Amino acid sequence: MDAFFIFLVIVAVFFSVVVGIGILYFSFRYRRSAKNPVGKIVEGSHALEIAWMAAPFVIAMFMFAWGSKLYVTMRRPPSDALEIYVVGKQWMWKVQHPDGRREFDELHVPVNRDIKLTMISEDVIHDFFVPAFRVKMDVLPGRYSTMWFRPTKTGRYHLFCSQYCGTDHSQMGGWVTVMEPSEYQAWLTGGSNSESLEQAGQALFTQLACVSCHGEGQGPGPRAPALRGVYGSKVKLTDGSTVVADEAYIRESILDPRAKIVAGYEPIMPTFQGVISEDQLLQLVAYVKSIGVPPAGGSPAAAGKE
Amino acid sequence: MSTTTASPAAAPSPPQPPREHYLNAGYGIRSWLFTTDHKRIALLWLISITFFFALGGFFALLIRLQLLTPQGWLFGPDTYNRLFTMHGIVMIFFFLIPAIPGVLGNFLIPLMIGAKDLAFPKLNLLSWYVFNIGALFTFYSIVTGGIDTGWTFYTPLSSIYSNSQVSVAVVGIFITGFSSILTGLNFIVTIHTMRAPGMTWWRLPIFVWAHYATSIIMVLGTPVVAITLALVAGDRLFHFGFFDPRLGGDPLLFQHLFWFYSHPAVYIMILPAMGVTTEIVATFARKNLFGYKFVAVASLAIAVIGFLVWAHHMFVAGISIYAAMAFSFLSYAVAIPSAVKVFNWTATLYRGSVSWQTPMLYALGFIGLFVMGGMTGLFLASLGADVHVHDTYFVVAHFHYIMVGGAVMGYLGGLHYWWPKISGRMYPEGLSRAAAIILFVGFNLTFFPQFVLGYLGMPRRYAMYPPEFQVLNVLSTAGASILGLGYILPIIYFVWSMRYGKVASSNPWPATGLEWQTTSPPPTENFETTPVVTWEPYDFEHRPDLGLPKPERAQPEQLEAPGLETGD
Repeated sequence: MDAFFIFLVIVAVFFSVVVGIGILYFSFRYRRSAKNPVGKIVEGSHALEIAWMAAPFVIAMFMFAWGSKLYVTMRRPPSDALEIYVVGKQWMWKVQHPDGRREFDELHVPVNRDIKLTMISEDVIHDFFVPAFRVKMDVLPGRYSTMWFRPTKTGRYHLFCSQYCGTDHSQMGGWVTVMEPSEYQAWLTGGSNSESLEQAGQALFTQLACVSCHGEGQGPGPRAPALRGVYGSKVKLTDGSTVVADEAYIRESILDPRAKIVAGYEPIMPTFQGVISEDQLLQLVAYVKSIGVPPAGGSPAAAGKE
Repeated sequence: MSTTTASPAAAPSPPQPPREHYLNAGYGIRSWLFTTDHKRIALLWLISITFFFALGGFFALLIRLQLLTPQGWLFGPDTYNRLFTMHGIVMIFFFLIPAIPGVLGNFLIPLMIGAKDLAFPKLNLLSWYVFNIGALFTFYSIVTGGIDTGWTFYTPLSSIYSNSQVSVAVVGIFITGFSSILTGLNFIVTIHTMRAPGMTWWRLPIFVWAHYATSIIMVLGTPVVAITLALVAGDRLFHFGFFDPRLGGDPLLFQHLFWFYSHPAVYIMILPAMGVTTEIVATFARKNLFGYKFVAVASLAIAVIGFLVWAHHMFVAGISIYAAMAFSFLSYAVAIPSAVKVFNWTATLYRGSVSWQTPMLYALGFIGLFVMGGMTGLFLASLGADVHVHDTYFVVAHFHYIMVGGAVMGYLGGLHYWWPKISGRMYPEGLSRAAAIILFVGFNLTFFPQFVLGYLGMPRRYAMYPPEFQVLNVLSTAGASILGLGYILPIIYFVWSMRYGKVASSNPWPATGLEWQTTSPPPTENFETTPVVTWEPYDFEHRPDLGLPKPERAQPEQLEAPGLETGD
């Protein structure tokens, strides 16, 4: 990434200098004088035009390829990354670690470990930006976005919101603390919250009476599909199509149950829009994930917990 | 009438018969407000544009003052957010987009193609009125509390959460959009149908080509942003939910629609400035333009490809990886015609007779700043680098290099270059050269530090910032005060020159364009007899009327080696 940036700087400086020197040299060398009252007639040259279209194009394509390669890596989190959930709202960041520790405007992560953030906003679009890690990603309302990074040095780094989000946009930030793995473990257990995300989700599952239709998660529920083994599987819908049950699908099914009805069931589930918060949604999703089928090389951070 | 007005003013100057031209063809407010003369309408635009430039500049000044200290010592965040929003809205919709087409395009296109006026003179006047009605709405929204969404109006902040005057401002921009459409339409029809005998397409000045390309964007792009902003107003007032995920809408849809216009809008700003620069470079190098057809077609290529690059504003917004790659590729593609122009301008200087008069200083400044703006654009077009610098001061610096370093430099250069034609007077050369240099220095001091700030990670639109960024911010504010001085000077000496400037001849530089074939200032009907064009564009060879020695032809073998050096 930084090597790419340096390459871009070199190309930019090179072309600026070439054009700059060209302009200055020509305008001094061929400045107006009594001996040079009017310019010579120079006809255009197709060869030259093609050359100075082709050369920048080749360089541009090289930039395009290199930049795209970096981007593809950036957008595809490794499957064994440590998964942390982030909720943005005007004007704070709420972070939930898988074992339940929560923090605000701070993010603690272990060093030399791939970290995947699953993020959503409660209101407007925000953007999670850690300049030191060269990563940023918009955090949208209504859909999960993900980003990942691998910190290689312990320390404290700026966390900014970089998508303008209203009054206190410039104050919506904090620090990312990169710790030794052992310190991180100690830090995780230091919180007052003893419940893990899945446990919190399971409690909600009972509390919101999801259990009365979906069942205990063992067999099929009385009026609704069982959720054990659903996450990561292909679900058949009433219209004959199938969807992969991912985080976005689970979330949608809770907020807008009629959007996608599982084949063989009636559209009777009420919406939980406005009933539960994005934090609670993430807990429910984590719970459903934990009783799902761990796909080959899936995310053991969430699934391997129960 | 002419004798009574001429007697007191003309007393000190050598007695010359007072000649009727478009400026003295009528007096009184009605002769201006109901004029259909494109030249008078251009001056009406000049007044509106200058007002909004001053207003936007005032906001910029307050922004830079606030950023002197990390904690922001002048305003709270709510006021600051309104300031940068209104700076953006005023500068983009009410200055940059209409500036060159409204003032210079209006004044010059009929003159350059040998026509008496634009194709639809009344529509032309209507365009100015529509602009000002829209501007009134926006001005009302500013004085009654302002807007705090950023000029980009991103949803759902603008459609649901903002408590500011978004709806009024949006209505204002919606109305103003029609002004753009009318002007664009008028230019297209005029260029197609009103060219003088002999003025073939390949004899059009590049300025006209540039406005043709710009007009296409205005006519095709503006309706999209108008509809998009209407949908935002609908979401706010009637809770339609186009962009509200809770009602099944999509906030990203807004960004796609918004940038579909607002990226090409950048080309509305820069293409006319490129046209101005081309005219100036050819005139002050006294030389035929190198690669005329390539430069002309490059304008059209930029306009067309420019419509296909919008999502490069959304690389971190959550679009798919493959969509991002397609838009990155197309963004690199649009860089090529821009590079072609830069190389051709540079090559035009080769073996020229280069004079560093004020317009040329602006034109060369334009090329330099545009190259820097363009090269940093390559960072943003690349997916990997954009992720880091997106929405930081790097982007702010980049687009100010294009819009201020490019479009405003082009506008001011053009205003100087054609000022003798517009006003019939020369501006003061020494003072104006000083102003051009002050602007160049002030500009770079203001915006170069912002590249560094962005690379270090300072996000844009921050009312307060971490203390380590202060030094660069103070530098930037210092530069902005120099820049401000550079803008005040031309306003003063242009006004001064209207009365006290040296009387300009018809063709003071001299230049080859048709606009210099008529008197300065031109008569209301532009030309006494319809001109017939028998020469190629920027042709100094077959123009004994210019009073210059006949140029020699460069020996072919002499131009190969140094020419190629600049090529790559």
